[in-house]
Amino acid sequence: MKKINTKFLVTLFIIVFSLLYAIPALFQNHKLFPKYFDAKSIRLGLDLQGGSQLLLQVETEAALNEKLQNFTEDIRNKLEENKFSFENISKVDNKVIISFTNKNSLEKAFKINKDFPTLEFKRDDLLINASFNEEYLKDYNSSLMIQSLEIIRKRIDEVGTNEPIIQIQGNQRILVQLPGLKDPDRIKSLLGKTAKMNFRLVDEKNMQSINEKKYFVGSEIIEHADMQVSYVIKKRVGVSGDNLVDASASVDQFNRPIVSIRFDSIGSRKFADLTSKNVGKRFAIVLDNKVISAPVIQEPIPTGNAQISGNFTFETANDLAILLRAGSLPAPISIAEERTVGPSLGKDSIKAGSVSLMIAFGLVLVYMFLIYGKVAFIANSVLIINILFLVSWLVLLEATLTLPGIAGIALTVGMAVDANVLIFERIREEQLLGRSKISSIETGFSQAFRAILDANVTTLIAAVILFFMGSGPIRGFSITLGLGVFSTIICTMVISRLLINYFYIQNRERNLKL
Amino acid sequence: MLFRFIKKTPNLNFIGNRKFFFLTSGILSIVSIIFMIIKGLNFGIDFKGGLLIETSFSKNIEIVQIRTKLRGIVPGDFSIQSLDNSKSNYLIKVETYSSVKGNNQKLISEIKSNLNKEYTDVDYRRLEYVGPTVSKELIKAGIYSILIAIGAMLIYIWFRFELPFAIGAVIALIHDIVLTVGMFSISSLEFNLATVAAILLIIGYSMNDTVVVYDRIRENLKKYRKISIILLLNKSVNETLSRTINTTATTILALLALFIFGGNIIKDFSFAMIWGILIGTYSSILIATPVLVFLNIKRNENKED
Repeated sequence: MKKINTKFLVTLFIIVFSLLYAIPALFQNHKLFPKYFDAKSIRLGLDLQGGSQLLLQVETEAALNEKLQNFTEDIRNKLEENKFSFENISKVDNKVIISFTNKNSLEKAFKINKDFPTLEFKRDDLLINASFNEEYLKDYNSSLMIQSLEIIRKRIDEVGTNEPIIQIQGNQRILVQLPGLKDPDRIKSLLGKTAKMNFRLVDEKNMQSINEKKYFVGSEIIEHADMQVSYVIKKRVGVSGDNLVDASASVDQFNRPIVSIRFDSIGSRKFADLTSKNVGKRFAIVLDNKVISAPVIQEPIPTGNAQISGNFTFETANDLAILLRAGSLPAPISIAEERTVGPSLGKDSIKAGSVSLMIAFGLVLVYMFLIYGKVAFIANSVLIINILFLVSWLVLLEATLTLPGIAGIALTVGMAVDANVLIFERIREEQLLGRSKISSIETGFSQAFRAILDANVTTLIAAVILFFMGSGPIRGFSITLGLGVFSTIICTMVISRLLINYFYIQNRERNLKL
Repeated sequence: MLFRFIKKTPNLNFIGNRKFFFLTSGILSIVSIIFMIIKGLNFGIDFKGGLLIETSFSKNIEIVQIRTKLRGIVPGDFSIQSLDNSKSNYLIKVETYSSVKGNNQKLISEIKSNLNKEYTDVDYRRLEYVGPTVSKELIKAGIYSILIAIGAMLIYIWFRFELPFAIGAVIALIHDIVLTVGMFSISSLEFNLATVAAILLIIGYSMNDTVVVYDRIRENLKKYRKISIILLLNKSVNETLSRTINTTATTILALLALFIFGGNIIKDFSFAMIWGILIGTYSSILIATPVLVFLNIKRNENKED
C-alpha cells in the first residue's frame, strides 16, 4: 500500500496548502484570528464592498459630425482658394455635399480630393459627396476611445479613489468601476462634462439685435451657464482650452473662488494677441457651449497667466480646475448604465450571504448524515475540503466574489454531494451483485465517474455561457459555479477515493455498509 | 439507516403512466404560454430600462409622503415599495424616457436633493440605472444565452449519447424553461438579469439530472437485451431515483437557506432556482425519459465505452 501512502501525502499537502489560503481569507477580519503572514483576502465585488459601476457611452458620432463640419469649412476654403466655381456646399448628415451648375466645373473641382486623403469623394450627377473613408473611421474611432479613456482616467485619479478599473468595452463604451466610492454624484458630474473650453470675443455689433435675429454670420448665440442672459459670440476661437498647461482653484482679493490658468507658449501668444488688440471689448469664456463669464479686457495680458471668475463655489471652482487639467474629452459621453451599492447594503449583503451559506452548509451536512449515516462522514469531509478548495482558488485566481457568487458557492454545496451519492449508490449496487469489497469500490468508481463527468459538464456549460453573458454580480455567480464544478470533480475522484480506500480497504475489520 | 427513504430499488410505474404526465405538463405549458402572451412578464429595469433607488431613512415615514415629494419632479410613472415591511426602507422605481438624453442623470440628482432637503441622513443603499440602449442589448444577450445553452446541451448530449437522447433532453429543457417563465408571468415576479441567470442554471441542473438517468439507460440497454424499452426505461428511472431525490433535496436545502436568509437582493433569484430545480427534477424523470419511448432509441448499436 505504498502507492496509496504517497498519494495520501500529496493530497494532504494540497489540502494544507489550500487551507493556508482559504482560512486567512475567510476569517481575516475576525477578532479571534491573529493576523499572520501576508494573508491574501478574497476580492469582493462592488455589490459586497459598495461602490459604483458606470458604463459610459462615448458619442463618437457627435465628434465625427464636428470633425466633418470643420472639413466642410476646409473644403470651402480650398475651393475658393483655387477659384473653382461651385453652387453650394453644406454638410448633410454624415456627408459633405457640394453642388455645381455644370459638369465641367464639377470635374475641375473634383481634383481637390487629393488634398483630403481621409475623405472619399463620389460623383453623383451635379453633386460631389464627400464622406470619411472606412479605414479612417475605424482608426479615428479607436483613437477617440483611447483618448477618452486617458482623460477619464486622469479625471478619476484627480478625485482619488482606490483601485478604479477603467477599460474600453466594445466599440463605443467605457466601463468604470469605482470600489468603495461614497459619493458617486461628484464623479458622475465630472465624467459627464466634455470640458471643451475656449476664449472667444463677444460680437458687440450684433449684441443689440440679439432678441430680433436668430442667426448671425460668423457668430452664434450662447447662453450663460448660471444666469438668464445670452450673448452673441464670434465663432472664431481666440484661444482654445487645448493650449492650457495648468489650472488650479484659488481665491481673488475679495475671497471669491476663481480658477487660475496658465497657457502654453502658443496659447500665451494667442492670448496676448487677443487681449492687446481688443482692449475695452468683452471676451467670453465658453465651456461646453455655455458662457462662464464675459469680462471686459482691461489691459493686454502677455504672461499667459489668467484668472477665470464666475459664479463659482469652492467646489465648482475646484471641479473646473480638475476638468481643465485633465483636458477635454474628444467626444461627449453619457452614462448608459449605472449600478451603485452603498456601503451599508454591501455590509448587510456580506452578512446575509455568509449566514445563509453557513446554514446551507449545516443543512446539507445534517441531511447527508441522516440519510447515509456513517458513510456520510466521507461525503461530508469531501464537501468541506471541496469548499476550502473553492475558496482558496478564488483567492489564488484573484476572482471577484459577489452576492450571486455566494449563491454559487451555496449551490456547489448542495450539488457537490451528488457525486459522492452517485458513487455510494454505485458501490452498493456492485456489492449487491456479489462483488468483493475492493472490486465493488473499483467498479463503483469507474462506473460512476462517467455519469459524474457528464452531469457536471452540463453545469459547466451553463456556467461558461453565463460568464460571457453576464457582467459584475452575475459573472461572479458563473465563476463560483464553474470553479465549484472543477473542485467537485477533483475532490470526488481523488479525495473520496482515498477516504473510501482508507476506511474500507485498509481497515479490514470494518464492513462496507453503504 | 433510520431515515433512508429508499432502502431497496423501488419499482414505481413512471413510464406506464406517461400519458398522464404528458397531459399534465402539456396543460401546464399551454397555461404558461397563454399567460406569457396575454399577461406578459413583469420586466425589471435590466430589460425595460429605468431607475431604481433603494433608500433607508433614519426615521419612519409613510409611502404617501415620499410619493407626494416625488410627484412634482418625476415626469413618468414611478412606484414605491416598502422593503422588509419596514417604514424606513423603500425601493423607488422610476420609468425613464429615452427621448431626453442626459436628463436621467439630472433626474437622479433631483430626486436625491429633494429627499435630502426633507429628511436628514438618507442612506442611498442602492442605485441602478439602465439606459434604453443597454436594456435592449441585455434582452438580446439574455435570449441569445438561453438559446446558446439549449443548443450546447443538444450538441453535448448528442455527442455523448445518441440523437434521440439529445432530442428528449431538449424537449425536457424547453418544458422547464416554459414552466419557469410561465411561473414568472403568473406570479408577476420581477423578471430580470438574475432570472435569466437562474434559467441558465436550471438548464444546467435539469440536464445534469437527465444525464444521470440517461447514463443508466445507456448501460441498461447493453445489459438487458430482452426486456421491453418501456420496462427498461422504468427500471433505469427507478434505479437512479434515490440519487435524484437526494441530490435535489440537498440542492433545495442549500437554496432554501439562501431564500430565507440571503436578503432581498437574491430572494427572487433563489426562488427562481428552487422552482426550476423542482421542475427540472420532475422533467428528467417524467418527461425526458418517457419521451424516449417515442424517439426510437436503438438497442444494438451502442457506442463502446
